[in-house]
Amino acid sequence: MEKKRGADIVVDVLLHEGVDTIFGLPGGAIMEVYDALFDAPFKNVLTRHEQAACHMADGYARATGKVGVVIATSGPGATNLVTGLATAYMDSIPLVAITGQVPRHYIGTDAFQEADVIGITRPITKHNFLVTDIKDLPLILRQAFYIARTGRPGPVLVDIPKDITQQVSEYYIPSDEEVKESLPGYNPHVEGNPVQIKKAAELIRKATRPVLYVGGGAILADAAEEVTKLARLTKIPVTTTNMGKGAFPETDPLSLHMLGMHGTYYANMAVYHSDLLIAVGARFDDRVTGKISEFAPEAKIIHIDIDPASISKTITVDVPIVGDVKNVLQKLIKELEEKPVEWVAARENWLKQIQEWKEKHPLSYRKSDKIIKPQYVIEEIYNITNGDAIISAGVGQHQMWAAMFYKYSYPRQFLNSGGLGTMGFGFPAAVGAKIGRPDKTVFAIEGDGSFIMNVQDLATAVQYRVPVKIAIINNGFLGMVRQWQQFFYDSRYASVCLSVQPDFVKLAESFGAVGLRATKPSEVKEVLAKAMEINDRPVLIDFVVDREENVLPMVPAGKSYREMILTPKQKGEAETMYLVG
Amino acid sequence: MSEIKVIKERPQPEKKIGRHVITVKVQHNFGVLARITGLFAGRGYNIESLTVGRTHEPHIARITIVVEGDERVIEQIIKQLRKLIETLRVRDITDIPHIERELALIKIHTENDRTRDEIMRLVNIFRAKVVDVSTDTYTVEITGDEDKIEAFISLIKPFGIKEMARTGTLAMVRESATSKILPGERFD
Ligand SMILES: Cc1ncc(C[n+]2csc(CCOP(=O)(O)OP(=O)(O)O)c2C)c(N)n1
Repeated sequence: MEKKRGADIVVDVLLHEGVDTIFGLPGGAIMEVYDALFDAPFKNVLTRHEQAACHMADGYARATGKVGVVIATSGPGATNLVTGLATAYMDSIPLVAITGQVPRHYIGTDAFQEADVIGITRPITKHNFLVTDIKDLPLILRQAFYIARTGRPGPVLVDIPKDITQQVSEYYIPSDEEVKESLPGYNPHVEGNPVQIKKAAELIRKATRPVLYVGGGAILADAAEEVTKLARLTKIPVTTTNMGKGAFPETDPLSLHMLGMHGTYYANMAVYHSDLLIAVGARFDDRVTGKISEFAPEAKIIHIDIDPASISKTITVDVPIVGDVKNVLQKLIKELEEKPVEWVAARENWLKQIQEWKEKHPLSYRKSDKIIKPQYVIEEIYNITNGDAIISAGVGQHQMWAAMFYKYSYPRQFLNSGGLGTMGFGFPAAVGAKIGRPDKTVFAIEGDGSFIMNVQDLATAVQYRVPVKIAIINNGFLGMVRQWQQFFYDSRYASVCLSVQPDFVKLAESFGAVGLRATKPSEVKEVLAKAMEINDRPVLIDFVVDREENVLPMVPAGKSYREMILTPKQKGEAETMYLVG
Repeated sequence: MSEIKVIKERPQPEKKIGRHVITVKVQHNFGVLARITGLFAGRGYNIESLTVGRTHEPHIARITIVVEGDERVIEQIIKQLRKLIETLRVRDITDIPHIERELALIKIHTENDRTRDEIMRLVNIFRAKVVDVSTDTYTVEITGDEDKIEAFISLIKPFGIKEMARTGTLAMVRESATSKILPGERFD
């Protein structure tokens, strides 16, 4: 058998797993691995913060469908990964995090840069490992990749003591079979139960007011094609969560766009009035359901998900189907194709009703030629990129506008922290996405608050010549919090005014990126056109927008869809904003 | 179609709170217990008791968990336990004929000969055992299900309990009662 240093074994397994890019930042406990990476034939991206490295690996994974890899040193390096891991965990993103640990004989002694990383990351990883014997190293690393990408995907962390990375040992790379056999308790369900699939088909045939409710699971399972096929075959309108965006083209007449707290009026009304809800890789998050007792009150519910624990967690379902979404949908489609589709006629009324809602209550905002409306910026980004860019967002109002006013037509096109809601995610994720998909234009739509949370990594984007475009929706506020304060706290704007801001243009320039600014609506197209021409480095555009614009519609937290807040125009009337219902 | 009328309420499952006995087989790896207890703590489930020990297979440990909760909570607990990578098998054996045992060590104050006699009488009735004697204490070992141990403790309490340790419940399905496929089965 071959003999190698632990650090070289790490590199060997990464190569075996097909890794082509890693993100990270070195330090004492992981130096051996970095030394081995020096000669490794893959892209090694040095970030300026481990949180950003983790988001980059995450963005890379979201955009490409591959497993993202992030490396950090022990102690502070590893603890800086926490927010990134939790973000990936909540959105089921496949990541492998490799962290250095103090040498084995120092573990537990409060050694320099020691932290109980296994303990800290246990609840925010799908699984984690501390390597205690170099003999286990190749198997553990392979298990990590296998666990990260199979079943319901998620981040896996491998903590490697420094002395193990230095130790030389005989080793071999375990086969796929060995990896599977070494995890006897881990058997993700792939095939859905055929009886349940038949039952689902029967419900679909009978339904007169069905809605497809599609979540991120459909994207992760690469099931966009099947979702689209099912919807068109059965003429069922489709609404997606923000994680599900792109699983069904939003340009299709059957698209209802997003549902939930900031969902469209017509998506929420369709769900509210539906008699059958087909949940596909979605988990009935509270931002989607609002008040549980009034969520789709008349609907039978079919729930297709790879994770049994997601089923009937918050909403009791009628037909649970545990399995790989793609696999189950293929069977369901086959089942439906076998019997003629005469039932479609019965749905004419339903589709007509939805059409009426769409026409009467469109997604809209009050336009202005004096002040830049954030929604207008998103619309123009959509126009200039022909709807083909990958969009990554921070968290806040800008994220919701990016979800509402850009129409997504393919999977892995909209990247955002749906589950954890992590400010600081958007820009580094965009860098990771652009590295993974250099063929695509990648736009980070950022808030002035969110962007600042990982601004340091502009340096990384410049250093590696990653030509991402950053659009800052600069309202001088932690806007989403301000909106809640306006609506629910009597406009008491406590700690939301970002009264000191950097000059974003100069900031970009100081890093060696390009900085642009628009302060008037007439300048928006122009700066975007300029930004599109720059392809050798990042370009940041500071859009100085209307400070107190709100994201509407909005279903207040814990309320029912009936209590949606709309703008006058969305309400179909000309008066001031008020509550429906 | 009126756009805003309340149609009706989505039916909510009723919350029947019950005591459940769940057995878990896990790979006996480093940190596996922390993973399980962390799962309970992190999701706000209440553990009544939890016992762990090796089985005859050296790499497999067996855990008995007693929890109180409504059906939705119990279902989530079982599903979340199954999700752990090191979990081999999870069963809710509450409704299956099973044996429950707990061991308690109780150090009882013995004031005089009369109380010593009284305690010995109870020890015999409960088929417990005195395992240590001092001038003013008996230490008693008792095994049985929770009810038996509770009953014994309540009778012994008036004498004065100086110290007590309980293992928590261990449980196992009665083989004589398991020919059919059991609810909550996952493998084999
Ligand atoms: C790390 C983190 N801290 C706090 C929050 C709470 N939060 C949600 S939205 C928001 C405001 C975001 O402001 P900005 O990025 O400027 O976006 P805007 O809403 O103004 O578009 C805050 C503070 C969060 N989601 N993430």
